Amino acid sequence: MVVTDTRPAAEARPEPVLALSDISKHFQTTRRDTLALDHVSLEVQRSEFVCIVGPSGCGKSTLLGIAAGMDTAYEGRALFEGTPITGMARERAVVFQEPALFPWLNVRANVEFGLKLRGVPKHERKAIVDRQLELVHLEHFDRSYTHELSGGMKQRAQLARALAVEPHVLLMDEPFAALDAQTRDELQLELQSVFARIGTTVIFVTHNVREAVILGDRVVVMSPGPGRIKSIIDVPLSRPRLPDDYAVTDLAARVRAELQNVDETVEARYAI
Amino acid sequence: MRSKALRLGAFYLVVLGGWQLIATSGLWSSYLFPAPTSVVASLVRNVENGMIFAALGQSLWRLALGYAISMLLGLSLGVLNGSVRWADETIGGICLGLQSLPSITWLPMAVLWFGLSDAAIIFVVLMGSTFSIAISARSGIRGLPPLLARAAGTLGASRFQLYRYVIIPAMVPAMVQGMKQGWSFAWRSLMAGELLFVTIGLGHLLDVGRNLNDINMVFAVMLVIVVVGVVIDRVLFGTAEAWVRERWGYVAT
Repeated sequence: MVVTDTRPAAEARPEPVLALSDISKHFQTTRRDTLALDHVSLEVQRSEFVCIVGPSGCGKSTLLGIAAGMDTAYEGRALFEGTPITGMARERAVVFQEPALFPWLNVRANVEFGLKLRGVPKHERKAIVDRQLELVHLEHFDRSYTHELSGGMKQRAQLARALAVEPHVLLMDEPFAALDAQTRDELQLELQSVFARIGTTVIFVTHNVREAVILGDRVVVMSPGPGRIKSIIDVPLSRPRLPDDYAVTDLAARVRAELQNVDETVEARYAI
Repeated sequence: MRSKALRLGAFYLVVLGGWQLIATSGLWSSYLFPAPTSVVASLVRNVENGMIFAALGQSLWRLALGYAISMLLGLSLGVLNGSVRWADETIGGICLGLQSLPSITWLPMAVLWFGLSDAAIIFVVLMGSTFSIAISARSGIRGLPPLLARAAGTLGASRFQLYRYVIIPAMVPAMVQGMKQGWSFAWRSLMAGELLFVTIGLGHLLDVGRNLNDINMVFAVMLVIVVVGVVIDRVLFGTAEAWVRERWGYVAT
């Protein structure tokens, strides 16, 4: 079912974890001014898994950066649990596309990093880290350094590190984009079981439509030039979802049709 | 491993044998070109009479003191230049300029300031290594991938914690490289300073050898200087570099 993001105002809704309203973002270079986001609004409810898909340049990562507080130069309003976002905070931890692990720390110390910053006592830290490492199946690699890990293991470690600080919303910026197809399938399945257990709110940016349908409760389709939300598609499928499930393939085809529609509008614009 | 040791042993045996042959052939007088056997004899004599160890101790003490101060200064300057843009544009430029100045050229000024004292030599050592340490520290900070700073920020790091837990550890590979370079500058300036200067030390002992017309002693002291250099370079910095390689997976260049 295809729903646009115009919801009736009168409808009683719980307060969203994240409320982005009327966000516009310009990138200025000396030669020109690019509108990366054009009046984008998005609300994310607690324990929701929202995927954002769109072609390169649609502003999906920019939107995530604003939600994370890494980017504070924009127009519009970004509220996190009712208060304006003014900077980065552990309540909105990020998993990056590149393995952003600290190379001088082993896996355990990386996962422990955020807890150490908060001054969590040592024995508590150990218990939390053990739990996180087990969750992402890295319990036997806790002494390894990052250059000894495979791409998939690095992303698992990043996930464990972000989850360890107990974020209220986890922001994932194309975390599997650099992985091979098989590892990617594995991690998609694992991610489902992880979030079935802990129920954290997640915003997951990807350019892979099938991935978005497998993981998301909702799929936000964005269009480029300027970046806008084209439509939001609900994914009412039971979990775990497998990449070859008929329902997944079917829904992915519909999301893709939406995206193709996006491409056509882009072509139409360039044809003028 | 074993064959490498054999190869090296054979190589040095050939070098020493060739040296001994040339020296005993009478091609040059023995007071200009000593035989290895007489160099070793001189070394043993000067070790026994305590000259070598007294000089070595004095030189190493000056080196340690000068190097420690230059580490402190270099690191502070480097962190300042790496973190504050206007400092880099102003002080950073001066660091780059002074780094290209051969450190022994500080000696005349140091003698005028401090007189013929240890302080003058330590000052020269200091000027020799401070700027290269500062430049490495600065590039270590500038080389921090912005991604790691962002990762720390989204995990809740404050500005102070960013320095303490990310920026300082991230600069270690560049620092080890800079400290190694700084040490070699310090060691060279120390020897040059002691040579031009009447006070106990390995450099001065070389000059004593020259004054006594004792080529054996000159060679023996040079040998000691080589050994000290190699030991510090290989053992101290070799270990540090191996540690960096294991931890970081690479050594900064």
